[in-house]
Amino acid sequence: MDYEISLLTTIAISVLFALSLNLITGFCGQISLGHAAFLGVGAYTSAMLSQAGWPFLATLPVAMLLAAALGCIVGLASLRVRADFLAVTTMGVGFLFIGVVRQQEWLGGEMGLSGFPGSGLDKPAFLALALGLAVLTALLCLYIRRTWMGRVFGGIAEDEDTMRVLGIDVPRYKLAAFAIGTALAGLAGALYAQHFKFIGPDSFGFVESVTVLSMVVVGGIGSVFWVAVAAALLSALPGWFQFIGDYKLLVYGGLLFLMMRFAPGGLAGIVQSWRKPKPAAASAPAGAVAKGVQP
Amino acid sequence: MLFFELLAQSLVQGCIYALIALGLTLVYGLLRILHVAHAALFTLGAYLGVLVYNASGSLLLAFAVAMALSGLGGVAMFRLAYQPLLARPPYVALIASIGLYIAAEEVFRIVFGASGLSFAQPPLQAQVAIGGLQFKEAELAVMVSSAIIIGLLGWLQTRTRIGIACQATVSDPQMAESFGIRLNTVRDLNFLVGSALAGFAGVWVAILNNLVEPTMGSVPSYKALAIIVLGGLGSVRGTLLAALVLGLIESFGTTYIGQLMDRNAIAFAFLILVLMMRPQGLFARR
Repeated sequence: MDYEISLLTTIAISVLFALSLNLITGFCGQISLGHAAFLGVGAYTSAMLSQAGWPFLATLPVAMLLAAALGCIVGLASLRVRADFLAVTTMGVGFLFIGVVRQQEWLGGEMGLSGFPGSGLDKPAFLALALGLAVLTALLCLYIRRTWMGRVFGGIAEDEDTMRVLGIDVPRYKLAAFAIGTALAGLAGALYAQHFKFIGPDSFGFVESVTVLSMVVVGGIGSVFWVAVAAALLSALPGWFQFIGDYKLLVYGGLLFLMMRFAPGGLAGIVQSWRKPKPAAASAPAGAVAKGVQP
Repeated sequence: MLFFELLAQSLVQGCIYALIALGLTLVYGLLRILHVAHAALFTLGAYLGVLVYNASGSLLLAFAVAMALSGLGGVAMFRLAYQPLLARPPYVALIASIGLYIAAEEVFRIVFGASGLSFAQPPLQAQVAIGGLQFKEAELAVMVSSAIIIGLLGWLQTRTRIGIACQATVSDPQMAESFGIRLNTVRDLNFLVGSALAGFAGVWVAILNNLVEPTMGSVPSYKALAIIVLGGLGSVRGTLLAALVLGLIESFGTTYIGQLMDRNAIAFAFLILVLMMRPQGLFARR
């Protein structure tokens, strides 16, 4: 039973984390290849505060705030650069984060942090907390999509310049997407640190950023339900099939490639094309980052 | 003296970066794809170099095989992976490329083992003194051969019909096609040349470090993306300059602010700083 509870907690945290990236990349169309950095900020903040004697629950808002503050700075970058440039910039942010953390003795350096005080919750209660927060996040995402802000996000993802012409304050909405998305990533990070009881620079590297991006992409960029499903599946996969444990990255990489090559709409796109056998207009992936390749 | 040692070191590093980044720039200029999987061909070249040299003892043969097979691998990648994705939004190809690279890295690990391979007798390791500085023969050879190859490429680009066809395709594909240039031939050729260069760089890195590992491509791969962005995406001259500048920044940065952040972080901090001030890249003419 312990194992199942632990696995379910991992799944809940992954779902929360994937949804946070979906808000930025899926809803608002801003690609991020360094999202694990914000998971890291949340995790380190929560762990350090716990070590200083704070109760776990009180560290959550601080973790979210710090992650969001950093997210806003990266969001400012997204106002300067677009598409491919943004992808490389956010990748750089990820490398910068682990590169700096690695050299900081007070953050545990290369060895990472462990042995910080627990949350005071027993395992089932912690699972309930993680699950509750994941469900709340999903509801929040669904709510945001129905608001004015959510519609503007969709518009920015489709065609940023048109939104500007329509007189919409695009920078403000982009920053909002980054702030909310990264705050949620910080929350996931705080849970992550408490759940695994160990964090190090390598827990938040490029591979983790790509993993979470693959959850969003495999689910279907922009779809809350299918991204949650994909996050749950992909985070549970190595546990179910112990034998692929060693080949986990091969499966991730292969899946990512095959998905993009044959079904760029992800699970959501596949389901949609089953429902509507004629994929004439429906085959375009929701929330495309930019218009097609220049011929 | 430290200054000159760092300078020499950064030149060697810059040459390697330039060789890798050139292929990426060619691909980006032509297809607007950030080709992360390019580094898989660099790793492939390094492995082939070690295997062929250990088997035959001929460095020339090792380079020839590595470049030929990396080049063909690049063409295969284009045909199988990128060509069907050209009509999709660019992030599709980028993510597919990352997936391809991660999978390739794992294939190298599974086939050749995680601990990597080395030369039985590493070539070109003798020390040479030039003006009080100690160089390995291999380091000098990297600089000389990179300069020759890049010069040759520049000559091909500007002086031959096929090079001009490539340039025409980069600046206006539709117009080029209507003048009778076969787009797919040009694309194949670019992948062939760019990937062969990556294989070439791979063999040099294998010789310099006397070690090839499955993960050896990951840092150059992301670094090369930073370089082509710094160079202004798609500009060959900008890429070469950016490669040398990044080599300098890294070597001096690690010496002077190494306790603050590691080598990769210095490179990317520089990238972010530059992009915030010049979003079009360091050397873009715009």
